[in-house]
Amino acid sequence: MAEKRVENLDEVTIRFAGDSGDGMQLTGTQFTNTTAILGNDLSTLPDYPAEIRAPAGTLFGVSGFQIHFGSTEINTPGDQCDVLVAMNAAALKVNLGSLIDGGTIIVNTDGFNEKNLRLSGYSQSPLHDGSLDKYRMHEVDISKLTALALQDLNISSKLVDRSKNFFALGMMYWIYNRPLETTIEWIKSKFKDKPDILEANLRVLKAGWNFGETTEIFSVRYEVGPAKLAPGRYRNITGNQALAWGLMAAAKKAKLDLFLGSYPITPASDVLHELSFYKSYGVKTFQAEDEIAGICSALGASFGGALGVTTTSGPGVALKSEAIGLAVMVELPLIICNIQRGGPSTGLPTKTEQADLLQAVYGRNGEAPVPVIAAATPSDCFDAAFEAARIALKYMTPVMLLSDGYLGNGSEPWLIPDFNKLPDMSPEFRTNPEGFFPYSRDEATLARPWAIPGTPGLEHRIGGLEKEHITGNVSYDPENHEKMVHLRAEKIERIADDIPLATVEGDPDGDLLVVGWGGTYGAIKSAVARQRQKGHPVSHLHLRYLNPMPKNLGEILYKFKRVLVPEINLGQLIKILRSKYLVPAIGFNRVRGLPFKSIEIEKEIEEILKGKK
Amino acid sequence: MSTLVDEILRSTIVTEAAKYSSKDFQSDQDVRWCPGCGDYSILAQTQRVMPDLGIPRHKMVFVSGIGCSSRFPYYMNTYGFHGIHGRATVIASGLKMARPDLSVWVVTGDGDGMSIGGNHFIHLLRRNLDINVLLFNNQIYGLTKGQYSPTSEVGKITKSTPYGSLDYPFNPASLALGSSATFVARSLDRDPKQMQSIIKRAAEHKGTSFVEIYQNCNVFNDGAFFQFTEKETKDDSVVFLEHGKPLVFGKEKDKGIRLNGFSPEAVSLKDGKYSVSDLLVHNEKDTTLSFILADMTYKPHLPRPVGIFLAIDRPVYEQEMERQISFAKEKRGEGDMTKLLSSGDTWVVQ
Repeated sequence: MAEKRVENLDEVTIRFAGDSGDGMQLTGTQFTNTTAILGNDLSTLPDYPAEIRAPAGTLFGVSGFQIHFGSTEINTPGDQCDVLVAMNAAALKVNLGSLIDGGTIIVNTDGFNEKNLRLSGYSQSPLHDGSLDKYRMHEVDISKLTALALQDLNISSKLVDRSKNFFALGMMYWIYNRPLETTIEWIKSKFKDKPDILEANLRVLKAGWNFGETTEIFSVRYEVGPAKLAPGRYRNITGNQALAWGLMAAAKKAKLDLFLGSYPITPASDVLHELSFYKSYGVKTFQAEDEIAGICSALGASFGGALGVTTTSGPGVALKSEAIGLAVMVELPLIICNIQRGGPSTGLPTKTEQADLLQAVYGRNGEAPVPVIAAATPSDCFDAAFEAARIALKYMTPVMLLSDGYLGNGSEPWLIPDFNKLPDMSPEFRTNPEGFFPYSRDEATLARPWAIPGTPGLEHRIGGLEKEHITGNVSYDPENHEKMVHLRAEKIERIADDIPLATVEGDPDGDLLVVGWGGTYGAIKSAVARQRQKGHPVSHLHLRYLNPMPKNLGEILYKFKRVLVPEINLGQLIKILRSKYLVPAIGFNRVRGLPFKSIEIEKEIEEILKGKK
Repeated sequence: MSTLVDEILRSTIVTEAAKYSSKDFQSDQDVRWCPGCGDYSILAQTQRVMPDLGIPRHKMVFVSGIGCSSRFPYYMNTYGFHGIHGRATVIASGLKMARPDLSVWVVTGDGDGMSIGGNHFIHLLRRNLDINVLLFNNQIYGLTKGQYSPTSEVGKITKSTPYGSLDYPFNPASLALGSSATFVARSLDRDPKQMQSIIKRAAEHKGTSFVEIYQNCNVFNDGAFFQFTEKETKDDSVVFLEHGKPLVFGKEKDKGIRLNGFSPEAVSLKDGKYSVSDLLVHNEKDTTLSFILADMTYKPHLPRPVGIFLAIDRPVYEQEMERQISFAKEKRGEGDMTKLLSSGDTWVVQ
C-alpha cells in the first residue's frame, strides 16, 4: 500500500447530507464530538426538514449537518462547505449550491439509482454527465460495502441499511485523521441493550475507516491541528443544552426549585427533554396540555416560590401573551424562552429566524414592559439564561429570553465555567407580617415583596385586575392606574443601571458600526474582523440586552458616521434604534430561514464603505 | 439541598392548630356581587367549612379565572390568585406541583371552566392533582351581561342568541367523569347543609375533587334552578345520592329510581309493584354507576341527581412527581452542577 500524503489545513467545512432517515444528524454530532475533543474550535449547523421521515429519496426529505472546524478561531458554521458527503442524489442536488468551486464530493453511488434520480429530478446521473467536473469526486458504494461488512451477521436488511451512516463517518474520520474511540464508546453505551445493532454499527464504522486506509480512492489525508483556545476544560455544547443548564445553574444559585411548564414545539423541545432528565437536581418539568397551560403553570409555581420557566417558539409566545401580561401585573419572576423559528404562523418550524424581537419587546395588550435578553452563540445560551433568571428574581418580573433554531441546535466548544464562582442570587422572601403590603416596593429596584403561600400572617390576593399602589387591592382609580403604569415601566427601565455597558469590538469610533443582536454574532464578527484586517474603519457592537438597552448605546452610535444593522427579519432592531436614538441606520435583511453568511455581510460593509449605499 | 422555600416553611411553622371561626376566613374587602346572587351562599358555606378542615389559613390558596365567581378569592382571607380567563386550573396545577404542602382551591364558573377553560379542566381531572374545584354553574354569562353559556339549555334567548341558542349544553358532571375524575359531586346554592358536607368531602378527597354548584343568577338567569331548590317542587325533582342507600325521592319518599337494563327509571313505591328493595343502591366507588347517574341530568322524566356521584382513589399527580424526584435522587445522588458541567466528553486546553 502506497504511503498516503498528509496535508495540513487551518480550517475545513464538511456537510453531511442524506435522507432524513439516514442518521445524518447523528453522524454530524459524532463527528463534532470527536473533533471537539481533539481541541479544534468549531461551529455546527444542523439543517433538517420538518418531516420526521419524509419519503425516501425526495428533495424535501434531505437532512443536512454542517460542521466548520479548525486550528483558528471559528465563529460560524461556514458560509460554504469544502466537502459534501451525499448519501443520495437528492442530497447532492439540494446541497451542491453550498459547495465551494473545486470542493470535494463523496457520494454513495447506491443512492443514485433510477428511482433516486427520478425523485430528485435528474434526467441522467450527474455522476457521469460531466456536470460535476469542477469538483473532486469520490464515488463509493457505501450501501454495498456496509452490507459486505455485515454479511455474516444474521440481521435484517433494514438494519444493514441503517448502519451505512457509520461507514461514511468512519471514512471521514480516516480522511481527517480523527480517532474512533469517542464514537465507539458512544455506540457501546447507546446500544448496550441491543447487541446486534451495537456489533453492526461498530463493524461498519471500522469498515469505513479501513476503506480509507486501504483503498487508493483517497490519496490525501488531512490534518487540522488544535485551535489556540483559552486554557481550561472544554466541552462541546448545543444552545438548547446550554440554555437548560443555565436555568438549572440559576435555580441552584437562587436556592430555588426550577419549575418548567412547557408544550412540545420545534425547535424548543430539546430544552424540555434536557430538563426532564435532571429530576435529581430538583427540577420539576410539566408537559402541559397547551402553550397557555405551560406558562400559567410556571406562573403558579413562581407564586409558590419556585423559579418558573416556560420554553417555546414564536407561535407559542403568541399563545402565551395574555399570561405574560398577567405576570407583568402580578409582578412575579418568570422566564419565557423563545427559541425563534421562521414565521409567521407555523412558518418554517425547523429553520432559523430572528423575527420575534418586536413581539418580545412590544407584543402584549396594554403597557406591559418586559425585559428582553438575547443569546449570541450556542454556549452563550448558558450565560443568557443565568442572567435572565437574575433579572427576573431581582426585579420580580417576567423576562423574555431569545434564542433561535440556529443557536439551539448549533454547537460549539465551551470553556466550562466554575460553578462555585457563579454569583449567588437567592431572593429574599418576605416573612415579617409587620407592615406588609403586597405592592410596597423596594426603593432601588421598585420590586414588590415575594410573599409565598404558607407564610403565616402574609395572606394576600393578587391578580390581573389593576392594583392599588402599596396595598395591592383592586383599584379602578384613574390616577392610581396611571401611577402603576409608570411604576411598572420605570421598574424595567431601572434595570439599565444594573447591566453592563455596551462594548465595541474594534475602534470606539469610525466610519461604520455594525450593530447586531442574537444569533448573528459569529457571522458579523467574522465579517468585521476580515474587513478590519483589510484596514477598513469598521467596528462591531452586539446587543445582549434588547430591553432595556445599555445606557451608553446612544453615545456609541453617535460616534460612527454610519450604522449598519444586519438582521434575519425585515428590520426590527433597526426600528427600535431609529425610534429611540434617531440614528439613520441602514438595514441589511435576509429572511431565508438560514443564518447569515459572513461573506454577504462583508460585501454589504464594503459597499457602504465605498459609498455605494 | 434544601431550598429557601423549605427554610421558610420550617422557620415559620405553626405548631398549634389555630382555632378558627368562619369570620377568620372573611377578608377585609367589600363583597361586590349583585344583591341576591347565589354566590353569597357559596362564599358563606365555604367560610363555614374552612375552620373544620384543620388546615392553617396561611396554607390555603384560592385560585380563580375570570367571571363573577372568580372574584371569590378576594373575599377569602387566605392566599389568593385571580388569574386570567379559563386558566385558574393550570395556575393552580403549577402551584400545587411546586408546593404540594398547600391546600389549593379553584373557583370557576360555567363560562370560565367549561368554555374558555374546558381544555385545562379535562386535563386537570385526568392528571388528578390534589386540587378542589368549585364550579358555580348559573347557565349564563353574568359578568359580560347575559350571553348564553356552555351549560345553557338549547333555545336559550339571550342578547347574543335572540333567536335562541343552538348548542347542546355540557353536563359538567358527565364531562368530569368522562375526563376520568376521581371525585365528582353536585350541590345547590340554596341547600347550605348539603353544600357544606360536600365541600368538606371534597376537601378531604385526595386527588382532584370536582363540585358543580347550581347557582342562581338573579339578574340574567333568575330561577334557572328553582325547580330543584324551591320548596314546592324540589322534593319531586331532586334525588339525593347517598352512598349505600337506595335512590328514594318525593315529598312522601314514595318514589325511587330502579335500573331497567342500563337505564334508570323513576318508579312509584305506592302502587305495590315496586318496593325499596327493587331500587338502585348508590355506590360512590362504582365508576360505571357514576356515568349512569350523571346521565340522568337532562332527562326530563327523571329527577335531577344531587350529591356525590363518584369518590375513588387513584395516584395523585404531584405525589407521583415527588416520588420520581426521590427515586432519581436515590439512584443518581443529589444533583451536583459542578459534576454535570464537566460530565461526558471534555478536554483540557493547556
